[in-house]
Amino acid sequence: MSDLLAARLQMAMSLGFHIIFASVGIAMPLLMVISEGLWLRTGDETYLKLARRWAKGTAILFAVGAVSGTVLSFELGLLWPRFMGWAGGLIGMPFSLEGFAFFTEAIFLGVYLYGWDRVGRIAHWVAGWLVAISGTLSGIFVVMANAWMNQPAGFDLVDGQPENIDPMAAMFNDAAFHQTLHMTIAAFLATSFAVAAIHTALLRRHPGSAFHRKAIGIALTVGVITAVIQPISGDISARFVAENQPAKLAALEAHWETAEGAALTIGGIPDADSRTTRFGIQIPRALSLLAHHDPNAEVTGLDQIPEGEWPPVAIVHIAFQIMVGIGFLLMGVGIWGALLYWRRRAVPEHPWFQWALMLCGPLGFVAVEAGWTVTEVGRQPWIIFQVMRTEEALTQVPNLIVPLISFTVLYILLSIATAWLLYRQVVIEPREEETGGEFLPRRRHATA
Amino acid sequence: MPPLDLTAAAVMLAALVGYAVLGGADFGAGVWDLLARGPRAARQREVIEQAIAPIWEANHVWLILVVVVLFTAFPPAFGAIMTALHIPVTIMLVGIVLRGASFVFRAYDSREDHVQQRWGRVFAISSTITPIMLGTIIAGISSGDIELEDGYVMSGWFNSWLGVFPLAVGGFTLVLFAYVAAIFLTVETFDEPDLQEDFRRRGLLAAIALGAFALLVALLAGDHAPQIREELFRSWWSWPLQIATGVAAIGALAGLYLRHFFLARTLAVAQVALILVGWGASMSPYLVVDDVRYDDAAAPDITLKLMLGALAVGSLILFPSLYYLYRIFKGRQAFALIDLPGIDDAGPGGADEPPTRT
Repeated sequence: MSDLLAARLQMAMSLGFHIIFASVGIAMPLLMVISEGLWLRTGDETYLKLARRWAKGTAILFAVGAVSGTVLSFELGLLWPRFMGWAGGLIGMPFSLEGFAFFTEAIFLGVYLYGWDRVGRIAHWVAGWLVAISGTLSGIFVVMANAWMNQPAGFDLVDGQPENIDPMAAMFNDAAFHQTLHMTIAAFLATSFAVAAIHTALLRRHPGSAFHRKAIGIALTVGVITAVIQPISGDISARFVAENQPAKLAALEAHWETAEGAALTIGGIPDADSRTTRFGIQIPRALSLLAHHDPNAEVTGLDQIPEGEWPPVAIVHIAFQIMVGIGFLLMGVGIWGALLYWRRRAVPEHPWFQWALMLCGPLGFVAVEAGWTVTEVGRQPWIIFQVMRTEEALTQVPNLIVPLISFTVLYILLSIATAWLLYRQVVIEPREEETGGEFLPRRRHATA
Repeated sequence: MPPLDLTAAAVMLAALVGYAVLGGADFGAGVWDLLARGPRAARQREVIEQAIAPIWEANHVWLILVVVVLFTAFPPAFGAIMTALHIPVTIMLVGIVLRGASFVFRAYDSREDHVQQRWGRVFAISSTITPIMLGTIIAGISSGDIELEDGYVMSGWFNSWLGVFPLAVGGFTLVLFAYVAAIFLTVETFDEPDLQEDFRRRGLLAAIALGAFALLVALLAGDHAPQIREELFRSWWSWPLQIATGVAAIGALAGLYLRHFFLARTLAVAQVALILVGWGASMSPYLVVDDVRYDDAAAPDITLKLMLGALAVGSLILFPSLYYLYRIFKGRQAFALIDLPGIDDAGPGGADEPPTRT
């Protein structure tokens, strides 16, 4: 395996691992504060129990997210030192702000998780909100930096070096808005569907449990709202990519020949050698309509892009189909759930719907992974779009297969351990049912 | 107004001090978990866990801050360090991941089973390896053994960090963190005198080991880190700084011995800060000795201005939040500089803080 491939796989694997924990870290605090807020308003202790149960799961996932995020910030230099040497001064701004957002998040998460008995009710709830807000912001800042790689801005290129740099223009690059919007919604969407699915499975095991019904009610509300707006944000993204990154659009749509009134290819297996897509379904004019909101518009195909600048078409196209397919499926299930709720004014318990929801549980995260594959693989062969190729950014350190294998083994073990622990701590009914919850106060009460 | 690049370097050093004192104590506590002995071994582990649980993630962010300032303000230095020291940085990261993950796995797994004990082991061992690697990285950039040509590393992947001097600095870092942790833990255990004595004894032993390592590092520095040695002993600021560090070290030791635990903690923190400030000052003007100067590696002024502005505004949020965090979990004694009568009554969850929720 070449060092370039090893480095790219290590980065992809680290990012793919971290993004799940980061998404959960962004979305769970919102679910917790909603539940805690309902407890404050109604006095119903079930909501409090629910917030505390979720807090347990979040504590585990947040810790893994925090350390795997640290790995990523170092990996930028360990694997791509020439990229960071070139771009650090330009994209450091969102990373600096992310540092503070993460600081705030970690501080108030500590207060939230361990402060149930130490701060007032409202102070505790506010701490939860601060976690939710700063977690969302830190995700947004990181994605802004990534958006810059897709849509570099804020400098003049002089002899291959950035001159007259403007870090604010780099941070607020044209891709920042649609990418942060799409990713933030995705985090809430994927997490809330997963939570709703887990509690649905538990509700089937414990029929009539108010605890799980309330959990599904909160998670599904967030899920339905985000599922319905996500396709709109996807449309904004697709049109932006069509205008600004035609190679990526052509790859993700497997669009070989430039054409007016271009057809949309759904599914299929693209073959870059023969420039054809087998088994795809063609919908006339749909691609022009989607990409430019005009059925007759011209859509740039891969024929306009030098072959040396093509991203791996098959991977990008298939990942894109997965992401969009799941997006529409979740929207459909979400609308179905909303209709069921509207008819009965109760958390839907139709068995077919429950099964659909449980099947959708992991799919949101599959879509998140697929979406990142589209963004990152779709940008290849560039690390900074049309400015620096990925191979130019690579470290000179040899034998990169060694760290690749090390981190892969480490992350596989952590995934297994995390899943096992969540199963034992959150899914199986805890023995000491939400009494002191966390272990912190116990010692002082015993000895004070 | 000092130059922007110097200010950025100073901020980085300050963040490193934050990490060494706060994050370092969390790692040091892991060392004492590994070395827990005697009739109260289980209690020692429990206290360690309770002391760091609510705060370790916040303490960890100081390291992120160091890295972010490094790659924003001094991009070529970041590239050079991460290339030349790829291996120790990777080992350190594996340690950081394992420490954090195993800590939370242990804390949330059921108490008495063997799975939990295994995580405890992982936590303790990774807490030990990580500071050693951090020390070798610091030695690597200080020694002058890293050689760069046009941004390419010419000095190999092992020489600059795998040797007697870097490992001595690694050992020094480990003992320093363990020493600070033991002193912090004497304050944490004010209500359990037996346990407090355990950590006092550990602190005293660590102080002696620290002195030995300091001597070893100082002797080796003559050959292995001439720049540091030269600056540290010849500059105008060196003697006042050396004396201040020595006073803090002896004071902390005396405080610990005489059971003035708060005073010992204050002086130990001052000692760590002075050691790092002395190191940082003697690194100047280099970020990587002989090869990367901070003024050459600095990003354009506009980047530095914006970053420092963001840090200044951010710290207006950060410091009150940190104060709040420690105030909640460590009580009034979190900020006590010296031992005052009655201070012990105001410990964490003590009489002045009745639970607000039943």
